[in-house]
Amino acid sequence: MMTLQEFRTLFSNGLSKQNTGLVQLLGLCPLLAISTTVVNALSLGLATMLVMAASSGAVSSVRHFVPHEIRIPVFVLIIAALVTVIDLLMNAFVHPLYLVLGIFIPLITTNCIVLARADAFASKNRPLHSVVDAFAMGLGLTLVLVVLGAMRELAGQGTLLSGLDLVFGEGAKQFVLHVLPDYQGFLLAILPPGAFIALGLLIAAHNWQKARAERRVHAAAPMPA
Amino acid sequence: MISLLKAAGRNALRTGVILFAFALVATALLSFTFARTEPTIERSRQAEKRALLNQVLPPALYDNDLLASQQSVPPDASLGTRQPSAMWIARRGESITAVVLEAIAPDGYGGDIALLIGIDVDGSVTGVRVTAHRETPGLGDYIERAKSPWIEQFVGKSRMNPVPRYWRVAKDGGRFDARAGATITPRAVVKAVGAALDYFARNRAALLAETGPADVASNQETPP
Repeated sequence: MMTLQEFRTLFSNGLSKQNTGLVQLLGLCPLLAISTTVVNALSLGLATMLVMAASSGAVSSVRHFVPHEIRIPVFVLIIAALVTVIDLLMNAFVHPLYLVLGIFIPLITTNCIVLARADAFASKNRPLHSVVDAFAMGLGLTLVLVVLGAMRELAGQGTLLSGLDLVFGEGAKQFVLHVLPDYQGFLLAILPPGAFIALGLLIAAHNWQKARAERRVHAAAPMPA
Repeated sequence: MISLLKAAGRNALRTGVILFAFALVATALLSFTFARTEPTIERSRQAEKRALLNQVLPPALYDNDLLASQQSVPPDASLGTRQPSAMWIARRGESITAVVLEAIAPDGYGGDIALLIGIDVDGSVTGVRVTAHRETPGLGDYIERAKSPWIEQFVGKSRMNPVPRYWRVAKDGGRFDARAGATITPRAVVKAVGAALDYFARNRAALLAETGPADVASNQETPP
């Protein structure tokens, strides 16, 4: 089983200390491509989280049968097979959602976070830990994606949650927030450079917050007389 | 030395077998899932195609199976196509009421804009939809029906309404409006729809004469 302490450590790693988007800087391709709106970002984040949890669980369950030399091909095989299965199942059984997320699902295979977590964590830990770790990492990525999406959508189009109706049907249109009415739009925020700039700002904010926390620890320590 | 080689060979064989086993399991899983989901996926794909065709063609205009009426159209400069494209023929009873053409606007801001254009027998547009494009998100993508109703202004337009010299965006002195800041995208779409109407007018006889086997049979029954 898993202790509360372990659980906490995994989550603090995923959300902050080893955040894939802000600290490890892994999987930037989907991060930059998809984060044009909050809804896109959230959708890709959730899909990635699902794939990561499933693949980490699967990799961890078979870790004793995989010789060290061929672990990478086996993990890639497992991840690719799982992504394809999820892609097919979503296409068949939640078709409206698939129409929105469909283009993102194959993209997840190209996301190195999934393989990174399989190799760095799931291949050395028990299934429960691995699934929780993948979930925490995925959640960290989703949060960064959503914040990035919000920044770019707000700066680029002056709205929040646009495209919500594509996921939840026509009725969700009323929830789209036109934060800045009659906004002319700011193209740079939506194009790839906007993604790099916004990500840079986020990383800076994260580092600043970390440095401040460390300074406080030093200040709290008793000064030598 | 020999025993070392033997050990290495055994090891290679072992990893090979394990890799093979994983590949086998993965393939089995994939083929099982594919076999189970394929009919459902095919059904939703057909429903999706039908829904798309219904967006450019009012369902009241036809009573045949549109998907079954699909025909191939050779590449044509007016359609912007470089490969054979698809055409669907709508009939009500015996007579052809409209066609749906695939066209490409090659001069969009981000390259090709793929269009689906419904044209009735009199040469009026029954509907236009963008099926694929790479226009700037948030700027040129209002040509998508999901983003804005802009594309609806083509409904009911024909080659003489407005006349060719007004068949352009308002900024160029025409009758189609376009949002400020993104003129290249609507300009490309307006031009492509006009060109497709030209194509239809030029090839009307040939397009409408391309009858399916059912019609050939019924024509033979009717005395001249």
